[in-house]
Amino acid sequence: MPNGPRGKMNGQAKDFKNAIRRLVLELKPYKVLIFIALILAGLGSVLSILAPDQLSRLTDEVSKGLIINTENLEEFSNKMSDRLNEEKIKTAMSEIIKLDISENKIKKIMSSSTIKNEDKGKLNEALPKLQTEADKMAILKELPESILIEFLSDSTYNKEKITKEDKVKLIKMDQEKLNLPESVLNSLLEPITIDGINITKEDQKITVLKLQEMNEDLSSEELYKKIEEMPESIQSLVEPFMDIEAILKIVYLLVAFYLISALFNYIESISMTNVSNKFARSLRKKISLKINQLPLAYFDKHQSGDILSRVTNDVDTIAQSMNQSLSTLVSAITLFIGTTIMMFVTNWVMALTAIFSSLFGFIFMFGVLSKSQKYFVQRQEELGNLNSHIEEIYSGLNVVKAYNGQNLAIKEFDELNERVYECNRKSQFLSGLMMPMMNFIGNFGYVAVCIVGALLTLNGHISFGVIVAFISYVRLFTSPLAQIAQAMTSLQSTAAASERVFEFLDEKEMESQKDIHLELKKETVKGNIEFKNVVFQYEGNEKPTIKNFSAKASSGQKIAIVGPTGAGKTTMVNLLMKFYELTDGEILIDGISTKHLTRENIHSLFTMVLQDTWLFEGTVKENIKYNRKNISEERIKEVCEFVGLDHFIKTMPEGYNSMIQDIDSVSSGQRQLMTIARGMIEDAPFLILDEATSNVDTRTEELVQKAMDKLTEGKTSFIIAHRLSTIKNADLILVMKDGNIIETGNHEELMKQKGFYADLYNSQFEL
Amino acid sequence: MLKLFKNLGKKEWGMVLVCIFFIVGQVWLDLKMPDYMSEITILVQTEGSEMKNILLNGGYMMACAFGSLIASIIVGYVAANIAAVFSRNTRRKLFSKVTDLAIQDVKQFSTSSLITRTTNDITQVEMLIAMGLQLLIKAPITAFWAITKILNKSWQWSMITAIAVIVLLTVIGILMIIVLPRFKIVQKLTDKMNGVTRENLTGIRVVRAFNAEKYQEEKFEEVNKSLTNQQLFNQKKFAILSPVMYMVMYGLTLAIYTVGAYLIRDAALSSKLALFGDMIVFSSYAMQVIMSFLMLAMIFMILPRASVSAKRINEVLDTTLKIEDGTEIKETSEVGTVEFKNVSFKYPDAEEYLLKNISFKANKGETVAFIGSTGSGKSTLINLVPRFYDVTEGEVLVDGINVKEYKQEELHNKIGYVPQKAVMFHGTVSSNVTYGENGREKITEDKMKEAIRVAQATDFVEKMDDKYLSHIAQGGTNISGGQKQRLAIARAIARDPEIYIFDDSFSALDYKTDSILRHELKKYTKDATSLIVAQRIGTILNADKIIVLDRGKCVGMGTHKELLKNCEIYKEIAYSQVTKEELDNA
Repeated sequence: MPNGPRGKMNGQAKDFKNAIRRLVLELKPYKVLIFIALILAGLGSVLSILAPDQLSRLTDEVSKGLIINTENLEEFSNKMSDRLNEEKIKTAMSEIIKLDISENKIKKIMSSSTIKNEDKGKLNEALPKLQTEADKMAILKELPESILIEFLSDSTYNKEKITKEDKVKLIKMDQEKLNLPESVLNSLLEPITIDGINITKEDQKITVLKLQEMNEDLSSEELYKKIEEMPESIQSLVEPFMDIEAILKIVYLLVAFYLISALFNYIESISMTNVSNKFARSLRKKISLKINQLPLAYFDKHQSGDILSRVTNDVDTIAQSMNQSLSTLVSAITLFIGTTIMMFVTNWVMALTAIFSSLFGFIFMFGVLSKSQKYFVQRQEELGNLNSHIEEIYSGLNVVKAYNGQNLAIKEFDELNERVYECNRKSQFLSGLMMPMMNFIGNFGYVAVCIVGALLTLNGHISFGVIVAFISYVRLFTSPLAQIAQAMTSLQSTAAASERVFEFLDEKEMESQKDIHLELKKETVKGNIEFKNVVFQYEGNEKPTIKNFSAKASSGQKIAIVGPTGAGKTTMVNLLMKFYELTDGEILIDGISTKHLTRENIHSLFTMVLQDTWLFEGTVKENIKYNRKNISEERIKEVCEFVGLDHFIKTMPEGYNSMIQDIDSVSSGQRQLMTIARGMIEDAPFLILDEATSNVDTRTEELVQKAMDKLTEGKTSFIIAHRLSTIKNADLILVMKDGNIIETGNHEELMKQKGFYADLYNSQFEL
Repeated sequence: MLKLFKNLGKKEWGMVLVCIFFIVGQVWLDLKMPDYMSEITILVQTEGSEMKNILLNGGYMMACAFGSLIASIIVGYVAANIAAVFSRNTRRKLFSKVTDLAIQDVKQFSTSSLITRTTNDITQVEMLIAMGLQLLIKAPITAFWAITKILNKSWQWSMITAIAVIVLLTVIGILMIIVLPRFKIVQKLTDKMNGVTRENLTGIRVVRAFNAEKYQEEKFEEVNKSLTNQQLFNQKKFAILSPVMYMVMYGLTLAIYTVGAYLIRDAALSSKLALFGDMIVFSSYAMQVIMSFLMLAMIFMILPRASVSAKRINEVLDTTLKIEDGTEIKETSEVGTVEFKNVSFKYPDAEEYLLKNISFKANKGETVAFIGSTGSGKSTLINLVPRFYDVTEGEVLVDGINVKEYKQEELHNKIGYVPQKAVMFHGTVSSNVTYGENGREKITEDKMKEAIRVAQATDFVEKMDDKYLSHIAQGGTNISGGQKQRLAIARAIARDPEIYIFDDSFSALDYKTDSILRHELKKYTKDATSLIVAQRIGTILNADKIIVLDRGKCVGMGTHKELLKNCEIYKEIAYSQVTKEELDNA
């Protein structure tokens, strides 16, 4: 039995659309909660789309704190160049230098013994030019220092003392490099204040000198190092400004985002949990109600394991996927659509890049997935085969051993096991690929977006912020695709499961009894029964099981039905109880056709004890009392004493309150007695005993027999028995064969006939 | 659990090593990626970066990603193989162990439990290996590696990460403590619900006959309600996990950034840039750390279930075999005899003896019958002959030799055993009748047909669609009880044994078939010895020896006539079935 439903478990729905439509229809009572949950799921996704944007803003803000304050630096250099521009320097120079080119000086130089002749010659060459040319500086520059120093004298400028040596330097200064002597620089500079920071002349000087050392293509790191060598005032001037306030603002916003998102998520899953569990409960309830609405014929054709798996496995599958996939699906789809829109709004080239790079991976992945699905189905099948082999061998182990079948069993096991192994290996491997592939797709998208983004930036099409935004969009885009894929597969199994559940719920029920108003009171029923041309044919059978059967029994009679297996004895009982509807003819109780009576009414007129002793998990008392109310303890005890159970029950640890759990602890004879007691506890005019003693050994049977004789007193009873000794004293014996009553009469009459019954009876003494 | 891993061969351990190697490689590549990622991010964010650099780093990152993919594919392949090999080997070991177990042990475990152990439990452990093996190796390596990568970057960040991990583990821990015991309750309630449904289904006629539909529905609804409530409780508690995880992960990133902002602000200019890079790298490593702790937590969630399964598997594997094989015996002094010498039997832990001091001898060609009420020990007694159980005291001799001295196979070759409940295997009529090995040549088709004829099964077999090759479903569900019993008898006949054992094997047959079958059987097996357990007096009337058992003791031995005279219990049994006159006439 367990291998039956197992095979179907992960199957596909026959009609996916219909199954889902039906599911949606059934979910209607929960629409408010579902709606709320789905809205929240959607909103949560919207927040997820917005959040990365803020996160990249946060990153931007923090990274702004890295960039040196170029504004201040610019202002500083502007101020510097303001002071140190060529014009100013020129006028300052002329004011500072103050050449004294008098005749005396020239003579003094010419007569000086320390000055080289060569230099003197140079001066001679330059002298005429000095008189005529306007740009004296250029000419002066050419003059040797030894000569220049003679023309100059120490002086003060802007309160700064400038030595002649410095003046020489000034003259000799390279205009390009502006390497002014310190004293001159000092005289030119004034303390300045930028952005509230005072920069002393000294600092300005150092900075200017440092700046002069820098060349254009300096890397940012080198630049930062240089700046670190500059005076503190300058450092604080260019210090990157970390806008903590702005950062905190974004952080607070994000915290709010996340909190709300988490809250949404929580509310959503709580409401979906509610919905799915309540839905599951109602489905289970419906199934349980349905069981009792189905005709008995249904259970002849369907295994109980199959129905059981609908109650548990299938309903669980539905509940689980409702709980998880439904909201996942909604939030994933929202995320997917939202991200797509956001991407296209931001930049279509980048959007296409992101989508294509992910899709490329996904197509590949779906290929792998569908292949793994195939192996999974195959694995399920092979596992089913293996399991049923195991089940078969284990349950028939005594025969396997006695017939030396072990080798054979192991050989077959090995074959099946090997097949499972092959499928196992493949399906496990392929399904395990999912995660790494997802990761790879994510990374691939990331790199693609970065490269294409960088290209576009170089061409000036987009700003850097776009790339940063896309980096998060790619993340957001790939994860819902995987979720959708997963949700779809789980939706598949949900569809299959709900199809099976609804298929059961939609099974044809027993005929409605609304129009039946007649009721036979069991207190007043006399106990006459008549079969009139009864014909019964099982659905799907070619030939009728009961053919044109007529018989009469009057109140208080004992009617026995005998015959070989398959003769239709139990069918008779089923018809009597209206478990099945007659194909033709009718059964009359006190002259009233059972067609005009409700099933419940008929059942209440009969006490029935069956071959299989049905006890449930519960106490002895509960099992005997069963569903009847207003049964006193005394009555239970009385009945148990009557059937001879009292002694046995008293030997049990807790007497009437002992639990019946272990089937082995109560022998089949005792079980039989309990079911008889259950039947006896309420009086009914009719009694049916369907092979009620076949499981019991003959000595116990005697005991049961006595109890049953008491039970049948004054009642119209139908007895089906295997052991002919049980029914010898019946008023009427119906001998059945192949659905027909072939002989009727009491024991003596039948024995005289020397027919089938006599044959049957005598055969038990032959060897 | 660990004990089970002994079922992996050297090759598989080698594969585990390969697995570890590639996982380390994968982790290395995975942890390398954030470096390139931050490099790219910085390049993209700073103006004037060269395309060449972005391409270069992008290329590196793709190489890492691809390498990681390849490594994880290899790991996945190897792990899937290990898991599959494990389950195949363990299942085989378990299966052959169960077939070697004594029937007594099988009963103790119960057949259905043994089936679950061989199927579900093994699948459970297999799942753990397939998923867990990777995670179990990968998570600690990743955690450790990622931690070492970020540990000396900044103690503030490390602190935050540690706090996040602790918060997450605490929440998971608390949830587990609250919810885990309730999972067991849910399991119990599910079982109960199944029980109530099964009860309603198996007793559907009784339920209807008693108009007890309401009663059953209420009973169901009660369990349904408490199951739903329990599930709701569990799932509502679990609903908190996902938002908390979400909050912790994103909160961690935010915290790292915020703290990072302060750290960068206060840092010296030259180290600012490096700090920023560190921050980005740190946040992605911190994610890896959190993720690996989550993975570990996940393993601990599936571990208990798998370890329960592993324990159940080991219970079977560790059972010592109670029945030991004897040595080969070729020649026996007698043929077709069964002798019990002062045999007593009780279950190892039981106080009461099931059989006490039984002695008798069945000679070649004799029929010995056993009768007695339910629980008198009839079945146990004849199950001692094929050594389904071993005697506690005394000895059982077959062909004059103690059954313990035979190889089991040899012993079974002498015996044709028909159990109480006819066992049918999935296959054909023919494959069922010719089942097993009898130490001689294979059973011929004629022999098979002959056996079916003797067993009175020819009629119905010939009527079946494919006659002798007709399909028999597992457990013989497509044929009736009586038909099954006849085929089971045919199986014993086809085997041509010295000794037949019929353990109440005629119960499902009607009197007539029963009687004809026994006639034919007697004719066919003149030389064979038969041991018959029966309920019906008619079945054993003409036995050479009838042994009457009552509560494990022999209370009478003799022929029918003798016993009627001198055995009170036999008389009671007989008269409960047929009248005195009938007996006298018979």
